[in-house]
Amino acid sequence: MSGNMNLTLKVWRQKNAESQGKFVTYKAEQVSPDMSFLEMLDVVNEGLIKKGEDPIHFDHDCREGICGACSLHINGRPHGPKHGITTCQLHMRSFNDNEIVVIEPWRASAFPVIRDLAVDRTSFDRIQAAGGFISVNTGGVPDANSIPIPKVVADEAFNSATCIGCGACVAACKNASAMLFVSAKVSQMALLPQGQPERYRRVQAMVAQMDAEGFGSCTNTGACEAECPKEISITNIARMNRDYFNATLIKNEE
Amino acid sequence: MSNFAKTFSSSLGKKLVMALTGIFLCTFLIVHLVGNLQLFKDDAGQAFNAYAYFMTHFTPIKVVSYLLYASIIVHALYALMITAGNKKARPVAYAMQAGNQNSAWTSRNMGILGTILLIFIVVHMGDFWWKYHNAELPYAKYEISLDNPNDIQVSEVPYDANRLVHSEVVDIQAGKKIVISKDLYKVVQNAFQTWWYVALYVIAMAALAFHLIHGFKSAFQTIGWNNNRYLPLVRFISVWIFGLLVPIAFAAMPVYFFLFK
Repeated sequence: MSGNMNLTLKVWRQKNAESQGKFVTYKAEQVSPDMSFLEMLDVVNEGLIKKGEDPIHFDHDCREGICGACSLHINGRPHGPKHGITTCQLHMRSFNDNEIVVIEPWRASAFPVIRDLAVDRTSFDRIQAAGGFISVNTGGVPDANSIPIPKVVADEAFNSATCIGCGACVAACKNASAMLFVSAKVSQMALLPQGQPERYRRVQAMVAQMDAEGFGSCTNTGACEAECPKEISITNIARMNRDYFNATLIKNEE
Repeated sequence: MSNFAKTFSSSLGKKLVMALTGIFLCTFLIVHLVGNLQLFKDDAGQAFNAYAYFMTHFTPIKVVSYLLYASIIVHALYALMITAGNKKARPVAYAMQAGNQNSAWTSRNMGILGTILLIFIVVHMGDFWWKYHNAELPYAKYEISLDNPNDIQVSEVPYDANRLVHSEVVDIQAGKKIVISKDLYKVVQNAFQTWWYVALYVIAMAALAFHLIHGFKSAFQTIGWNNNRYLPLVRFISVWIFGLLVPIAFAAMPVYFFLFK
């Protein structure tokens, strides 16, 4: 088929968290520009399997940009060169014929490499578990619209809630800071009435867990919001800071 | 650990310290700049020397000045602590990181810019603050006509340990006011005759501009003040006041002395 491309991939290969990794060069030949980046890797892996080599390990699941499983730092940017998409939504037409593509895992001490390009992001789960929830008693379904919420507030909370927890913010940040993720998870509840009872306890618990996981600090570069596939704004970080300082320095509760 | 200590040792708390000390240092810059504008006055440094005396001997200002020295030290120390933590958060660096495609250069280089500024502050205070406080500087004697304040005769008085730093006497019979003050103006004038010293100041002020274009607005984000209503104002002040006006006005001083004095 005409219009297909040949690419040179420099892929990070690493056996496990303890072993030393290195870049290995692979040829990706006859790549259709309509393939997604992950489909391209699938084809490369098929070739490796046929040759009896170990395929490249990478995370993926839904392949439609909603699950947050795929990662990959492509040519120096999380989820590749395009704005507001995940790697599975990245098409090979975004690359040029004969281009060299460098593929690395997310780099952060809180995201240890499991194998090759797959990293352990359970630190995000532990931050969520520390306070990213609301405590409610189960029972009958409450009446719709029994708690009025202004449209702008609902929209803002929804925007925060679109975070898929992929970790691109950490990957993009020069300090490997998780503040965009944590602030989105804090905000989605801090904005809504249901989140109020635990609002200040939640932000303290989640920030404490974030620090314990060993993420870096925020220097307000804005790289996270520029690379976030869900275009989550750093306004969330300001809101989290406000709530945290409110909770720890002003409010008279634990 | 007390609640307070816990807050300020968290990642957010450390950033709050950076933001608050940073904003305080920004407000100081405005005061310092307004005061130093007296260097441009064509009075052989009489107003500037009087101002230098006031700034070093008026008690409330002395109190604030100690707060200022502390802020510089705390700002630098916390920057080191935060940077060390950030380095630890990414032990293996990327082979390729296209930071220029997702963030501003200034925001990624605050540490380098801050280091240049810290070196500058040490040199600057060593040359002026230290000399004014500790060196045996000569005095300038200004004889100002009472009829015409612009008629000033200036002469040098050698250093005398018993002399006051600043004194003013009005001699009605001679029709003059005689002001004798420690001559910091002369120190400034001499310092800015060397081209590389002037260049150092101009480079430092460029670093200041880039540091504050990011730093000033960043402080508001850290504190959590990012209301849409006044965010444009904060951005405006960040770029036009602290990014351009203040550094250019400061840099103009050594250049002015090098070229015209």
